[in-house]
Formats: sequence, C-alpha cells, structure tokens
Amino acid sequence: MARLVFLGRLADLAGGAEREVAPGPLAAILSGLEHDLVQALTGARIRVALNGALVARDGLVLKPGDELAFLPPVSGG
Amino acid sequence: MIEVRLIEMAFDAAGAMRDFAAAHPQSGGVVSFLGQVRVDSAQQGADVEALELQHYAPLTLPGMQALAQDVLGRWALDGLLIWHRVGEMAPGDPIVLVVAASRHRRDAFAAADFAMDHLKSESWFWKREKRGGQWAWVEPREQDYADLARWGQTQA
Repeated sequence: MARLVFLGRLADLAGGAEREVAPGPLAAILSGLEHDLVQALTGARIRVALNGALVARDGLVLKPGDELAFLPPVSGG
Repeated sequence: MIEVRLIEMAFDAAGAMRDFAAAHPQSGGVVSFLGQVRVDSAQQGADVEALELQHYAPLTLPGMQALAQDVLGRWALDGLLIWHRVGEMAPGDPIVLVVAASRHRRDAFAAADFAMDHLKSESWFWKREKRGGQWAWVEPREQDYADLARWGQTQA
C-alpha cells in the first residue's frame, strides 16, 4: 500500500490525517476519492511532497510504501 | 553554534536566552525575538482559547535547519538558535524564539529579522485557533509575503 497524508484543513476534509491507498498513478488514486476532497487536493496552491521531498504532481506514480503529503499554504509560525 | 529545535512542550525563553548568551562570550551582541500566542486576532475579539501548530516531520525541521544555514551564510554570526513550538498552546505561551549572536550588533539584528520573516512565511506550519470551543484554520497573511519581499525574495 501507499499512504496519503493530509495537512492542515485538508485533514478535516479527508476525515483524518492519513489514508492508505493502492499504489499506482496519482490520477487513478485521486479518481477513487470523494469529489470535494479531490477538488481541494488539486487546488493551485496545494503542493505535494513525495517521501519528504517537494515534487511536481504531473505524472506521479506511487510505489508500495511511498508517502505522498498534500500541503496547503502555510499559515505562519 | 547552531541550535534548531521543534518543541512539544512550553519552554523557558528567558532561560534559553541566558544560556545561549553565556555560551557565546566572544559575542558583543546577542539579539533575540520571542513570539507568543496572542489573545486576540485581527477580525475577531480577544477570545482565543487555544492555538495549535501542526507540522510535517519530513519537511518542517529540515526546512528550519536549511534556513539556519542560509542565515549563517549571509551574516557573520557566532551562533544562531531557532526554537519553534508545535502542538497546542494557550495565550501567552511562547511560540518561537530566535537568538542570534555576533561580534557586533548589526549582524545579529539583521539575522534575527531575516530568520523570523522566513519562518513566518516559508516554514511548514499550519495553525488553527480555538474560539468558543470551535477550531478554525488560520489562512496565510498577505503581510507575511510582503515581509519576505523586503529581502528581495518571493514565496517559492
């Protein structure tokens, strides 16, 4: 399995901070999630980190054990 | 000496400042900034019951360490301390402490100012406030981006 991590308000929308998903292309993974959550996750200001490194989401494919975090804009320390 | 920490419990800012200054006897200037939880916010009344800072371990501390290295590359410092709280806090609790030590004061002032502007606008923290028993996420402030622009930089 792979893991999705939701930070900030995205965790409220997802109903939890993490979700286990089947590995595969990100597009396929997203198509299995709730519509309003997908809309939030694909917003222009949401960045993604794969296993702790910021990446571009285009063409992303998750392997077993991968962790993909969705990061909304930071609200300042 | 660089000391960068994420802290899960309330901390003694005055004690940290004293110890840091004592550890840098060669520094003629030690500049500190303490950020604390405000009891009010811009649009709403003085009724903040709690503040929670969330972080993402794979990014947050490494990002703060990279910021510290950046600061050391820009000013001649003898030492730099960056402590940042995570978790739930009450009004008046310390959130962030930045202390910079240098031979002369100007470098320490600028370094602490730069570090705070970058912590506020670029570090991986998400903040929510509790009022009347309800939690609400805090959105980014435009002022934080403007503060970053003072250094000729924009948000990545």
